[in-house]
Amino acid sequence: MAPPEKTLLRLITCGSVDDGKSTLLGRLLYETGSAFDDELALCGDDLSRLVDGLEAEREQGITIDVAYRFFATATRKFIVADAPGHEQYTRNLVTGASTAELALVLVDAAKGILTQTRRHSYLCRLLGVSHFVLLVNKMDSVGYDRSVFERIVADYEALGQGFTAIPVSALAGDNITGPSPAMPWYEGPSLLEHLEAVEPEAERTGGPFEMPVQWVSREGRRGFAGTVAQGSVRPGDRVRVMPSGTAATVERIGLGEAALDEAVRGQSVMLSFAEEVDCSRGDVVASAAYPPEVADQFEAVIVWMAGDELVAGRQYGLKLAAQSALATIHTPKYEIDVDTFEQVPAHGLRLNGIGVANLWTDRPLVFEAYEDNRDLGGFILIDRVSNETVGAGLIRHALRRSHNLHAQALDVTREARAAMKGQRPRLLWFTGLSGAGKSTVANLVEKKLHLAGRHTFLLDGDNVRLGLNRDLGFTDADRAENIRRVGETARLMLDAGLIVLAAFISPFRAERRMVREMLGEGDFVEVFVDVPLAVAEERDPKGLYAKARDGRIPNFTGIGSPYEAPEAPEIRIDAAALTPEQAADEIVRYLTR
Amino acid sequence: MTLTHLQRLEAEAIHILREAAAEFERPVMLYSAGKDSSVLLHLARLAFAPSRPPFPLLHVDTMWKFKAMYELRDRAAAEAGMELIVHRNPEAEERGINPLDHGSALHTQMWKTDGLKQALGRHGFDGAIGGARRDEERVRAKERIFSFRSAGHRWDPKRQRPELWRLYNGRKSKGESFRIFPLSNWTELDVWQYVEAEGIEVSELYFAAPRPVIERDGTLLMVDDERLKPGPGEEVRERWVRFRTLGCYPLSGAIESRAGTVPELIEEMRTGRQSERQGRLIDRDGTASMERKKREGYF
Repeated sequence: MAPPEKTLLRLITCGSVDDGKSTLLGRLLYETGSAFDDELALCGDDLSRLVDGLEAEREQGITIDVAYRFFATATRKFIVADAPGHEQYTRNLVTGASTAELALVLVDAAKGILTQTRRHSYLCRLLGVSHFVLLVNKMDSVGYDRSVFERIVADYEALGQGFTAIPVSALAGDNITGPSPAMPWYEGPSLLEHLEAVEPEAERTGGPFEMPVQWVSREGRRGFAGTVAQGSVRPGDRVRVMPSGTAATVERIGLGEAALDEAVRGQSVMLSFAEEVDCSRGDVVASAAYPPEVADQFEAVIVWMAGDELVAGRQYGLKLAAQSALATIHTPKYEIDVDTFEQVPAHGLRLNGIGVANLWTDRPLVFEAYEDNRDLGGFILIDRVSNETVGAGLIRHALRRSHNLHAQALDVTREARAAMKGQRPRLLWFTGLSGAGKSTVANLVEKKLHLAGRHTFLLDGDNVRLGLNRDLGFTDADRAENIRRVGETARLMLDAGLIVLAAFISPFRAERRMVREMLGEGDFVEVFVDVPLAVAEERDPKGLYAKARDGRIPNFTGIGSPYEAPEAPEIRIDAAALTPEQAADEIVRYLTR
Repeated sequence: MTLTHLQRLEAEAIHILREAAAEFERPVMLYSAGKDSSVLLHLARLAFAPSRPPFPLLHVDTMWKFKAMYELRDRAAAEAGMELIVHRNPEAEERGINPLDHGSALHTQMWKTDGLKQALGRHGFDGAIGGARRDEERVRAKERIFSFRSAGHRWDPKRQRPELWRLYNGRKSKGESFRIFPLSNWTELDVWQYVEAEGIEVSELYFAAPRPVIERDGTLLMVDDERLKPGPGEEVRERWVRFRTLGCYPLSGAIESRAGTVPELIEEMRTGRQSERQGRLIDRDGTASMERKKREGYF
């Protein structure tokens, strides 16, 4: 007898605590002969006991963690992620749904659609489960009433289209393996008939070829080991190794000693190329014509799975296919209420929270949008201290700034340079009247940062006007051009990963705003060194006020030309009350916040 | 082209083995000469060919395995060209711990649980790949594929890392380690169908043959050597038996059978309908004994 050819389908069961999930699973195991006699004997009449798990769960009478069950019919093997129905366990449902091709959504006929039903269905759709079965269970408890079934189906339709609805009784076995005499009004397939008929998502082998490289074989001919994530590949195919973009020709597709004519999605193989190619773990071998994108900034849906809240700005370990990186997550744009599906404002994310946020990585990643490809669009976040898996992410798209980076441009990014220096590049823009103490305070701040191991550079009026800007005078137009050039210079230095301090009178709001917009919000820190004109004039360290009063310096700020004080500076220093030392400490404190 | 369930299970296991090889500094594959070990070794050879698997084999020996298992072990390791490390707990050896005088619980604790911890510590192994399956026992149904162990080798079922997609988090601090289970999603039937499809050599003890057995407490035990002596009223008889699971021979119950080929075994499983662990005497120490043993560091 040759082993029967079977296909495989992975599914997840979801529903509320009392909807009868354990009984259904027990029933499926029993009906398919997947439970053994000695196990059945232990259960007595209660099939749900077949799937009871840990001691702690039995004591509490609930299921607290995802369990995996197996049953098989003559044509198909099923792997079931048995996700707990308890309200608190979004993270377990997401875990189970991540590998599922079909969701079995259980509803108690007597109770109808509950909060958990909606939540679980939403999460399964979010995670990309492609088939849905609405199982209206416990039909025996409502007298097999057709109208009850139809009402629940109508309610569920409001949550989304594209599902198969089956009225069942897991306890009595109605519509599980064949048509139920108790419900002659139902003409659709039984549960098992339907499960055997749906097309597993894993069998969709279309799309351009993609294979993340897990491991490189170095004994003899170089081999690149991985599991095909999308499409298929044959010997002779032209491919590209991403992110470098190096082209190559597939020479051999190995599986053990055998050479294959073709490898399709889901197969684990060893590729060798006709050319010598630089390729290592984390790279993605892809179709030469349609390689996946490379980027280092993304918008993603984040599911938080840890007791400690998500900290925006903190670096987390990130794993996507075989790629590892460090990721910094910005403050979430919003959180999704999984009961109402509304967007609510968020500052962080708590356990089981789902939000949308931008993130950037310390190195470019080869990726696809999650909805197109789970393997190249799904990532996990790892706490760098505890090593726990604290979150899961689904990439929506790359941010425009980093979209379609090309190999030449992406080797060393601003983030990579900054990460190497272990700092966040920023521009501290000191503005204020002449004699307010801008340069003095900026100098002190730079010294303190330098001592703290930061990489800095101080730009001030003197070192810029003597070189870069020596062609500029003091007309309004020249002052504006002066500031523009300083802004551009500072931007290059920020790209180099530096913390830049710029001390310029910069009297006009418009120019300061120009620099702020040039750099982007968050990178520009305006420091207003505030002192009354009288105090500055009294100090007059360079004798400039005296000259201006004498009419020897036209357009001198505060005398012949106005100073437009900042309306909302990030930092305001009361230079008449604080010593330069105190002022510098306050600024350093702001930076380390 | 549609992949069969065996092809998908094979691909998944190979994927896991490669992740283990890439993520751990000192991975090791546990090898016991049982059918799951045979399948695992076969998959490891597939995963890394033309290279040899980049880890050694470790057998945590108890001195009480079947003779045929020791022979298969040495032959299989040599054929794969892999280093074979055999560890025996020196304390258990010195004190002569054995299943007949000390009972299955102490014997298993000292030779297997303690022995495994010693071996992992001595060689600095940080990822131990094993052939355990989720269908074997209820507690295993919830265990992760990359299963975290504290520095004391303890498994905490309430603090497992979420495991999504094909992403396995093997990060850890010094002293902590992982157990890796590439066959998590296989059933006993899958294993046998794969053995048949791939022509994998498994121990002859799985197939029926006339063997010398005694009946003790309702269980048939094979007299593999002179250490197992018939007690009062017991008599050694030649009977057609085979084993569904293999371990220490005085702890492995035989079943009467004439099944001599894999298809015959599969047919017998279908009609016999007894679970696999039923013949394992070490699982009868208490209802939740497996969970407790696992928390203490049993594989």
